[in-house]
Amino acid sequence: MIGVLFAVALRADPGAGLGPADWSAIRFTVWQAILSASCSVLLAIPVARGIARRRFWGRRVLIALMGAPFILPVIVAILGILVVFGRSGWISDLLVLMGQEPLRIYGLQGVVLAHVFFNLPLATRLILQGWQEIPAERFRLAAQLNVDGPSMWRLLEWPMLRQVVPGAFAVIFAICLSSFAVALTLGGGPRATTIELAIYEAFRLEFDLGRAALLSGLQLVLTGLAAFVALRMAIGEGFGSGLDRPLRRWDGQAAVARGLDVVWITAAGLFLVLPLAAIVLSGIPGLLSLSARSADLLVRAAGNSLVISATSTLLMLVLVVPMTVAIALRPLNGGGVLAELAGLLGLAVSPLVIGTGLFIVLFPFVDPFALALPVTALVNALMALPFALRILVPRVRDILARYGRLALSLDLQGWTFMRVVLLPRLRPQLGFAAGLAAALSMGDLGVIALFSDSETATLPLQVYRLMGAYRTDAAAAGALLLLCLSVGMFYVLDRGGRRHAET
Amino acid sequence: MKHLVFAAGMLGATTAFAETPELIVYTYDSFVSDWGPGPAVEKAFEATCGCDLKLVGAGDGAALLARLKLEGERSDADVVLGLDTNLTAAAKATGLFADHSVSADYALPIAWEDATFAPYDWGYFAFVHNADATAPKNFVELAASDLKIVIQDPRSSTPGLGLLMWVKAAYGDKAPEIWEGLSDNVLTVTKGWSEAYGLFLEGEADMVLSYTTSPAYHLIAEEDASKAAAAFDEGHYMQVEVAGKLAASDQPELADQFLAFMVSDAFQSIIPTTNWMYPAVTPAEGLPEGFDTLVTPEKSLLLSADEAAALRDAALDEWLTALSR
Amino acid sequence: MLKLEGCELQNGGFSLAADLQIEAGQRVAVIGPSGAGKTTLIEAIAGFLPISRGRLIWRDQDLTAMAPGRRPMAMLFQDSNLFPHLSVAQNVGLGIRPNLRLNATEQAKVQAAIDRVGLKGLEDRKPAALSGGQQSRVALGRVLVQGRDVLLLDEPFAALGPALKAEMLDLVAALAAESGATVLMVSHDPADARRIADQVVLVAEGLAHPPVATGPLLDNPPPALKAYLG
Repeated sequence: MIGVLFAVALRADPGAGLGPADWSAIRFTVWQAILSASCSVLLAIPVARGIARRRFWGRRVLIALMGAPFILPVIVAILGILVVFGRSGWISDLLVLMGQEPLRIYGLQGVVLAHVFFNLPLATRLILQGWQEIPAERFRLAAQLNVDGPSMWRLLEWPMLRQVVPGAFAVIFAICLSSFAVALTLGGGPRATTIELAIYEAFRLEFDLGRAALLSGLQLVLTGLAAFVALRMAIGEGFGSGLDRPLRRWDGQAAVARGLDVVWITAAGLFLVLPLAAIVLSGIPGLLSLSARSADLLVRAAGNSLVISATSTLLMLVLVVPMTVAIALRPLNGGGVLAELAGLLGLAVSPLVIGTGLFIVLFPFVDPFALALPVTALVNALMALPFALRILVPRVRDILARYGRLALSLDLQGWTFMRVVLLPRLRPQLGFAAGLAAALSMGDLGVIALFSDSETATLPLQVYRLMGAYRTDAAAAGALLLLCLSVGMFYVLDRGGRRHAET
Repeated sequence: MKHLVFAAGMLGATTAFAETPELIVYTYDSFVSDWGPGPAVEKAFEATCGCDLKLVGAGDGAALLARLKLEGERSDADVVLGLDTNLTAAAKATGLFADHSVSADYALPIAWEDATFAPYDWGYFAFVHNADATAPKNFVELAASDLKIVIQDPRSSTPGLGLLMWVKAAYGDKAPEIWEGLSDNVLTVTKGWSEAYGLFLEGEADMVLSYTTSPAYHLIAEEDASKAAAAFDEGHYMQVEVAGKLAASDQPELADQFLAFMVSDAFQSIIPTTNWMYPAVTPAEGLPEGFDTLVTPEKSLLLSADEAAALRDAALDEWLTALSR
Repeated sequence: MLKLEGCELQNGGFSLAADLQIEAGQRVAVIGPSGAGKTTLIEAIAGFLPISRGRLIWRDQDLTAMAPGRRPMAMLFQDSNLFPHLSVAQNVGLGIRPNLRLNATEQAKVQAAIDRVGLKGLEDRKPAALSGGQQSRVALGRVLVQGRDVLLLDEPFAALGPALKAEMLDLVAALAAESGATVLMVSHDPADARRIADQVVLVAEGLAHPPVATGPLLDNPPPALKAYLG
C-alpha cells in the first residue's frame, strides 16, 4: 500500500500545501469518523452481550446477517437506509400519519446513522467473538461463585472489552475515515466534505497527483495515529483456554437483564434488518421482470465476483496465518502492534489512490486491464487483512501460550504444528475471517471500477452501471442477488468454521 | 483459475488479431456497457472498416482524461471519445491530441468551430420532476419555492460541474446570490448522477439535476410518461460530448475514418436511444418518437472551453461558500 | 547418567545453582519449599529455560543447546497436557508422530498404550468427556509411546484426590520400571516421594542439592528441609 502511494507521489508535480478548505475537510472527516466509530462500538457492546448470553429463534440468521451491510455497495446501502429513514421513508411516513414532522436525516446525524448501519454489525461480531473466547470454565466458575452482574462485568467482561474494543474502534475508524459517498450524500451538502472527496477533486478537476498523494498520506497518518492509540490501550492478559466444554451461561437470568437484552437485540435487529428488507423488497419485482439480457449480464458478473471473492479469500488466508503467528509471537506491546498497524493502514488508503498507484506501477509492463481480476483479488485480500488479524491474533496468542510448551516437548513444529494444533483450534476464527474477506471482496467497488471493461465487470460494478443507465429495476435485482451471495458466502464460511464450536 | 484462462485468452487474442489493424478508442464506462451505444457502434464500424474496433471504458469523462494524462504518449489509444466542453481545454493543453478532419452539418444549437475535437452528441441539463407536479420556471422561482432538489457535487460529477456552469453562464456575477437562494432547497449533494437519480426515484426529493432527455428514457423504454423536465426561461446549459484523435496514434488513417463514421448516420442513429442524448447530426430518419415531447429550451447556454476553464475555480468557491452555510 | 555440570539457571530475578548427577533408571523426587525453584530446575532440564552457565549431559551427550522436543525426555506439566480438540487416540498418537500419520504398527502401539493405562474403549473420546484421572492416564499413555529415557513430571497429579494420585504414581512407577526410564518428579508432598522415589533432590536457598536416598533424608531432615516439612 505504501509503495503504491509512493508511486503516485513520484509522478506528482510539486503541489501547493493545504488550504483552509482542506483543513475543514480534515476536521469534518476526523470528527465524523470518531463519532461513527464510537457509536458503532458503544452500541455494539450491549448487543453483543445480549447475543452472547441468549439463545433465541433466528440467532444464527441474525449473526449471519451481520456480515451483510458492511459489504453492500454504498449506493445500494444508502438507498436501503433512505427507504427506511429518509424524508419519505417508512418511519417518516409513519410519523406524518401520526401528525409529526418527517425525520431529518441529512446532516451529521445521517452520516453517523449510515456509518453505524455499516459498522455496528462488524463491531458486534468482533465483540461477540471476544465474549465467546472467554472459556466456558470461567463462566462456570463465576456461576459457582454466584457472581452478580457488576462483578461479572469487573471480573470477566470489562477485561475482555478492554482487549477487544480498542481494536474494533481502530478498524471502524479507518473505514469511516475514507468514507466519501455516504458522508456527502447523507451529510446534506459540501459541509460534509471529507478528505476522500478532496482527493477526488485533486485528481479529477485539477489532476494534481501531488495533492492527491499528500491528502492520502494524511489519511494514513490519521489512521495510524488513531490505531496506535487504540492498540496501545488494548492491553491485558488472555483468559487462557478451557477444555472446549459446550458453553453454558448461568448469569444474567434476572428479569431486568433479560428484558434489556431483548430490547437491545430487537432494536439492533430492526435497525439492521429494515434497510436490508427494503433492498430485498425493491429487488423482488426487478428480479421477476428481469430481461434475459440483463439476467445474463448479472449472472456473468456474479460469476466474476465469485471467482474474485474465492481467490482473494484464499490469498488472504495464505497471507494471514503466517503473519498472525509472527505477530502473536511478539510481546503484546512491541512489534506486534506495529505489524497490525501496517495492516490497518491498507484500509485507510483511498481506492482511487490505490488504483492510480497500481496503474502507474503496472502500466509500463502490462495492460492493467488484462489484470483487472487478479489485481482486484489481491487488493481485496490486502484490504481484508486487518480484519483477519484483529480476529486471529488474540486467539493465536492464547493457543501459543497454552499449548506452545506441550507442542515443543512433543517436537510439534512448523507445518505439523499448524495442521495438528493451530488450524483446528483456530477454525472458528478462520471461518469468521474468511467469511468477512469473501463478503468484503464480493461487495468491493474500489479498484475494479478503475480497471474493468465490460467483460470483467463484477456484480457491484454491474449494479452501479445498471443504475447509471436508468435500469433501476434490474439494478435492484442485482443488488438483491449481491446481498444473497454475500450473506450466503459469509454464512457458509462462518458456519463451516464453527461446526463443533459454540456460536 | 478462470482469470488465468481469461488472461491467457487476452494474450492469445492479441496475437490472433495482429493481422487486422486494431483501432483503440478510450471512452467512458457507460458508453461501452451492454445497454450503451458501444456494442452497436462496434458492430457497425467493423462492418465497414475491415479492422478490429476495441472500445475501452474508463470511468467517466474526467477519469478518462486523467487516465490519458497518466499514460501520456505511451498510450495505446488512437481516439478518445467522451470528453465534454468542460474538459476540452485541459485536454488540448496536454498536447496529446491532433487536429481532426471532420466536417458535418451539425444539428447543434450553436456553431461548432473546434479544430481538435468533433462533437458526437449533446444535451441540455435540466431538473427532472414528476410530471404531475408544478415546476418552477427559473432558478429564482426555484429558490423562492420550498421544493427540495438533489444535485451532484461538481468536484466528483460531470452534471454537477454542468450545473455550476449553468448558473454562472446565466447569472455571471450574480451567481453567488442564486446559490444562496438555492441553499435551502438543496436536500443533499451526491457523488454522482446515479446516487442523485436514485434518491429522486425513491421520492426523497421533488427534483433532480439530470438532462432534458431523461424523460425520453422513461417514455420510450418504459412507456412511462410520469417524468418531465422543467423548462427554465433563463436558458439551459448544454453538454456537448466530443471525440479527438491522438497525435501518437499508430493508426492515424483509421482514426480519421472512425471520426468521420462518428458523424455519419450509422453512428448517429444509435445515439438517441442508447446514450439518451441528442445526436450531433440529425439522422436521415429523424429523431425517435418520443423525443418530440421533450422540453426544448428557448435559449441555449454554453461557455467556451477556455471560458469554462477560466471560471471553474471561482465558480466552485462560490458554490462551496453558499452551500456550506 | 544425567549430569548437571556447574549449572546456573536464571528465571526472572531468581537464580538457582545445580551441580549434580542422577543415575540412569533412578526415580527421583524434587522437593523443597514453594518458590525455591523446583519447576525452574525441571524446566531447564526439559529445555524450556536456557541454562545460563554450565552443561547438561545425558549419557555423554551434551543437551545444553538442544531443542525441547529433541531431548530424550518426556514431560508432563501441571495442567494442559492434552489438546482438547484431539481424541484420546490422537493425543496418545502425538507421542509417536506429531503429524499423526501413523502406520499399522504404530497404531497398534497406540492401542496397546491405551490398553495399558486402562482406557480401552475410550479411544475416540475428547478430553472434555473424561474424568480428571482418565485425562492423566491419557497423558501417561502418550509418555509410554514416546519411549523417552527420562520422564519429567511437574506435579501433574496435584489436582487429583489422594487415592487417585497414589494410583497414578503407582502407574508411573510401574511404567518406568517396565521401560527402565529415569524419572524426575517435582512434588511438594513427602508422601509422594516416599511412595515412588528412591532418591530425593532437595531444592532450597538457591541451590539444588545432589540426590540422597529418600528414607534417611526424610527421617532425618537437614534444617532447610525441616523448616519446610514443619
